[in-house]
Amino acid sequence: MDEMKIKIRAFLGKYIRQQFEDQDHLFERGLVNSLFAMQLVTHLEKAYEIEVDNEDLEIDNFKSVDAICSFIAKKSACSVKQE
Amino acid sequence: MNKTVKCVIWDLDETVWNGILLENESVQLRPGILEVFDQLDQRGILQSIASRNDNGHAMQMLRDFGIDHYFLYPQINWGAKSSSVQTIAKELNIGTDSLAFVDDQPFERDEVASVMPDVLCIDASNIDTILELPQMKPRFITQDSRNRRSMMKADERRKIAEESFQGPQEQFLSSLQLQLTIHRAKEEDLQRAEELTVRTHQLNSTGYTYSYEELAQLSRSENHLLLVAELTDIYGTYGKIGLALVEVNAEVWTLMLLLMSCRVMSRGVGGVLLQQIIQSAMDRNAALQAEFKSTDRNRMMYMTFKFAGFIEKSRDGDFVLFDYALDKAPTQPSYVQVDVREVSA
Repeated sequence: MDEMKIKIRAFLGKYIRQQFEDQDHLFERGLVNSLFAMQLVTHLEKAYEIEVDNEDLEIDNFKSVDAICSFIAKKSACSVKQE
Repeated sequence: MNKTVKCVIWDLDETVWNGILLENESVQLRPGILEVFDQLDQRGILQSIASRNDNGHAMQMLRDFGIDHYFLYPQINWGAKSSSVQTIAKELNIGTDSLAFVDDQPFERDEVASVMPDVLCIDASNIDTILELPQMKPRFITQDSRNRRSMMKADERRKIAEESFQGPQEQFLSSLQLQLTIHRAKEEDLQRAEELTVRTHQLNSTGYTYSYEELAQLSRSENHLLLVAELTDIYGTYGKIGLALVEVNAEVWTLMLLLMSCRVMSRGVGGVLLQQIIQSAMDRNAALQAEFKSTDRNRMMYMTFKFAGFIEKSRDGDFVLFDYALDKAPTQPSYVQVDVREVSA
């Protein structure tokens, strides 16, 4: 999880200049906008090989570093991969 | 259906000019080709090159003929033509189904067609009739089509600036000094409005196309709000790139169409236009709903609605009815300045 957080933060750093905590609501704080949200979704799909469905496209899933990490964890668990 | 071609990609040897440059320095332009370049350009059809040649040598030849300015993202290299064609489609952000490829060699046309069957492949011996093809005849030639090449050139400069920019994306966007002007569609906007409904697939909420006549009626209707958005920045204008159609009733506004040219996809202005409509509806104490039809290409638009605060009220197959669920409009990004003119119902 920590490694994922670091990677997510690295990605967010390309868009956000201010300091932010893992639990900060990025949209409510006005740090990001809907354009960013779309780029984030596209990035997560590629980087973590997950498929974000229409039902997943809720701000709650992407509102903070913590939310993004648990979302990815949930999605990766769903798609059972052969070991 | 014959889809209008958005970009014609030319081979060079024995197509644009007679002769093979590598073997013969004194190649001659094919008779009549200048007229074809000029006419396509006037019609707002973009042009590019896929040629197997030495890049420096061939570009010099194009400059010597005084025709290099016609071509966007020319691909002159020793690779497969199909990959050159793909590169051009990607750079211009247009689907391969709106491309034409002209080459004298059956082998090259087959190679392109085998990878992208939807590309219109044309034998160079038919160049005389190219201007008569229905796919080369857009219904209207608007100010935006006449300026298309120079607007795409400006995009090329923006892209270079963006790639070399160090720092967060928002800072780059701020440096562009984007300005979005939103106004009710006027007579002179309607041809472009029709063109937008026909040309736009990726950032289109319903994919409904409207004819000039329908749009003319809607623009005069008291129960409808037909909005046009134009974007400019320090590199010049992007042209009229956005369109929205709202059905207006006292209690409920229904957004029937929201579309944005793919060229401005990375500017986030779709969300800005949406935000203005949300605000206008709120100002009049009307609820806002939006029609949406999923296609295999417009997922980006779905996200725009969801992240602006819309929720699915009902769904019937691909058709979705969205409700705006929040009690205030989303905040608008600080990097774009919005100029709203006479947007009242």
